[in-house]
Formats: sequence, structure tokens, C-alpha cells
Amino acid sequence: MNGPQDLGGQMGFGPVAPEDNEPLFHAPWEERALGITLCAGALGRWSLDESRHARESLPPAVYYSASYYEIWTRALEVLLLRHGMVSDRELSSGEAAEQPADPGRLSPQAVPAALARGTPCDRPLDSAPRFAAGQRVRAKNAHPRTHTRLPRYLAGHSGVIESVHGGFVLPDTNAHGLGEQPQRLYTVVFDGHEVWGADGEPGLTISADLWEGYLEHA
Amino acid sequence: MPHDHPHHDNHLDPMDARVRALETILTRKGLVDPAAIDAIIDTYAHKVGPQNGAAVVARAWTDPAFAGWLAEDATAAVASMGFTGRQGEHVQAVFNTPQTHNVIVCTLCSCYPWTLLGLPPVWYKSPAYRSRVVIEPRAVLAEFGLSLPADQQVRVWDSTAELRYLVVPMRPSGTEGWPADRLAALVTRESMVGTGIVEAPQ
Repeated sequence: MNGPQDLGGQMGFGPVAPEDNEPLFHAPWEERALGITLCAGALGRWSLDESRHARESLPPAVYYSASYYEIWTRALEVLLLRHGMVSDRELSSGEAAEQPADPGRLSPQAVPAALARGTPCDRPLDSAPRFAAGQRVRAKNAHPRTHTRLPRYLAGHSGVIESVHGGFVLPDTNAHGLGEQPQRLYTVVFDGHEVWGADGEPGLTISADLWEGYLEHA
Repeated sequence: MPHDHPHHDNHLDPMDARVRALETILTRKGLVDPAAIDAIIDTYAHKVGPQNGAAVVARAWTDPAFAGWLAEDATAAVASMGFTGRQGEHVQAVFNTPQTHNVIVCTLCSCYPWTLLGLPPVWYKSPAYRSRVVIEPRAVLAEFGLSLPADQQVRVWDSTAELRYLVVPMRPSGTEGWPADRLAALVTRESMVGTGIVEAPQ
């Protein structure tokens, strides 16, 4: 979706302003927000793709005024409501009746193994690659209203296949409960001038990792 | 050194109350164990951080066979050092050369190699960085105090899928014969994202 998250080439956000000796967290609630988000995700009710889509579906004015952990927290509330895990009344009151532990609840003892395992997204594919390294391709001029990982600034532009990877879970379907539908992934290199015309810095190349269905022969 | 962010008074920050309420609800409902939250925080505060990536870079500088493995199959190479897991399930290492300087971004969210660099800094997640580095990377790098030679190409890697990138910076001169652990101490987080380089020791 052409949402607030799709930032490549947007203007007006000012300087980057890296912070000297930046602390890991800027407030204690950020630590808890990180932990709650990971623990809730570990229950397995939604995929990482669905959580990304919940974040980018926040209203743009909210998205741009929130810190990243606030974006995570607001999106987590949306996911918990959508999956019937909390109610509006519970969220607004901050109160909930005591219940026994969910069988999928992440225990502190299980945290190291869960983090060390992660969630691999590579999947075996039977089909041969449609594109080969060195081939010229175009990112489709596509603007779905739903989740996608094709950035708007690359849509419609042509580049060259640099690497042909294996199959990966397709975020476009997985984010919406439509299955993993794995497709082959490619690293595609775009010339900065092709993407930005005369307005990009000279000598720039950009690559993105794009699923087969995002691409067409150029 | 003072920092730019306003002081957070936890009693006045609405996010503090909001997150507290969420944790309370989820704990009461048996969905979240607060001790697991503590364990997650402890992991990223003390165990998983840029020291992991620095160890990988220093080993690549001192062990050509490892550098070759890292270039071919970074996921397996870093796994051999114990670096596996969340937001590092699939890893690719990209090597800076005098011809090409690599920079990593995620324009669509904040994908970052957690297993190697830990949690991303605020600037990496900021709209300013994500919007600008794909169109004017040199202007962005200048804000980090980095000015690249005019004849060095800039390659920006937008992490749009589940591959997580580690920049292997160039080894600085003046470090010949140094052991890997001494080299690792020179390797900054920014140098492994590409918003910095590794400076020669003074």
C-alpha cells in the first residue's frame, strides 16, 4: 500500500541527526513495548507480515508523529483487537479478569531459544527461476491497496537482476491470511539516474530484494 | 554528553501509561509473562549488539577463508560464530572496496540485522534517513561526518525482504598484524551499516 511507511524519496523530514552515545532505549516504556510486542508475536496468532501491515495502516499523521516503539504499540493494540485477544473495554480501562496461562505463552526460560531460532522465511520451490542474473527487468507499475514490499519509488522502473535467491514467503498474501504462497526472490539493481532522473546523486545505485511476481521482462 | 531528546517524566508520558496498561491486561489474561519481557530486554541490552557484527568483521579481516565463506554464505558463516535468530534468519555480507561504498536502509519499515548489530538506533528508523538515503546518500553521510572520495560509487541496499545486510568495511591501514579482538574494538555500528567507515588508529 502507498502508506506512510513507503518513504523512499519523500522529502521534508529534515536532517538525520544521529545522536551521540545513543542509549538503547529512551524511556523505560520502550523496553516494555519491545518485550510485549515480541511476547505477543510469539503466541503465533499473526505473522510478521501482518504486523508490518498493521503498522503501515496507522493514519499517516499518527505514523509520522510517533516514535517507532509507539508505532509498534499502537499496531499491537490493533492486532490484539483483530484477533479477539483483548476487548476495547479492556484496552480503555486497563483492567482484565485473571485467566490461566495460555499454552503458547512465552516463558522466560524459552526466550533465548526463541530469539536464537527466529522465524526463517525461506521455502522450497519446484519451479525454475523466471529470470536470470544479468537480465534486465522492470518492477511492475503496481499500487495495491494491500500489503506489498515493492516500494513506490521503484514501481515502473527497470533494473538488472544481480542475484537469484530461493523461495521466500510472499508478504502480499501472508499479511492478509491468504497463505505463504512462496515465490522466488531476486536482488535487483537500479541505476540512480533511471529511478530519480537528474535529481538523484550521480554515481548512485540502489538495490532491492523483489519477489518474482513484482517483476516483468524489460 | 547531553542528548537532544526531551527528558521523559514517566508520570507525564502518555505512552508510559499506555504500555503499562497493555502489559497489565496481557499478563492478567495469561498471554504474556513479564519475566519473559525482562529476558528479552536483557538479551538486547547485554548479549546481542554491535559487538557481534564487529567480531564477524574482524574475523573476515584476519581469516581469508572465513571472509570467502562470509561472501558466499553469510548466514552459515555467522551461524558458526553463534549468531543466529530473530531478524538475522537470512544474512548477506556486502564488502566495501575502494570502488564501492555500501549503505543499508529499510525504506518500508526498519529491517536491520539484529543478530549482528542488536536493536536499530533511532536514526535508522527515522523518516529522514529512510526517505533520503536512497536519493541523496552522500548528503546523508555528510550528516554523519563522512565524506567519500568522489570516484567511489555508492550502492544503497534497500532491505525490502527478509535478507539482512551487514556491511564489511575496509580494514584501515596501520593495523597490520593486529589480532582480531583488537581490530574488533575499532569497528563501529555505523561502519557496519555504511553510515561510517573504520578509521585508522591514531
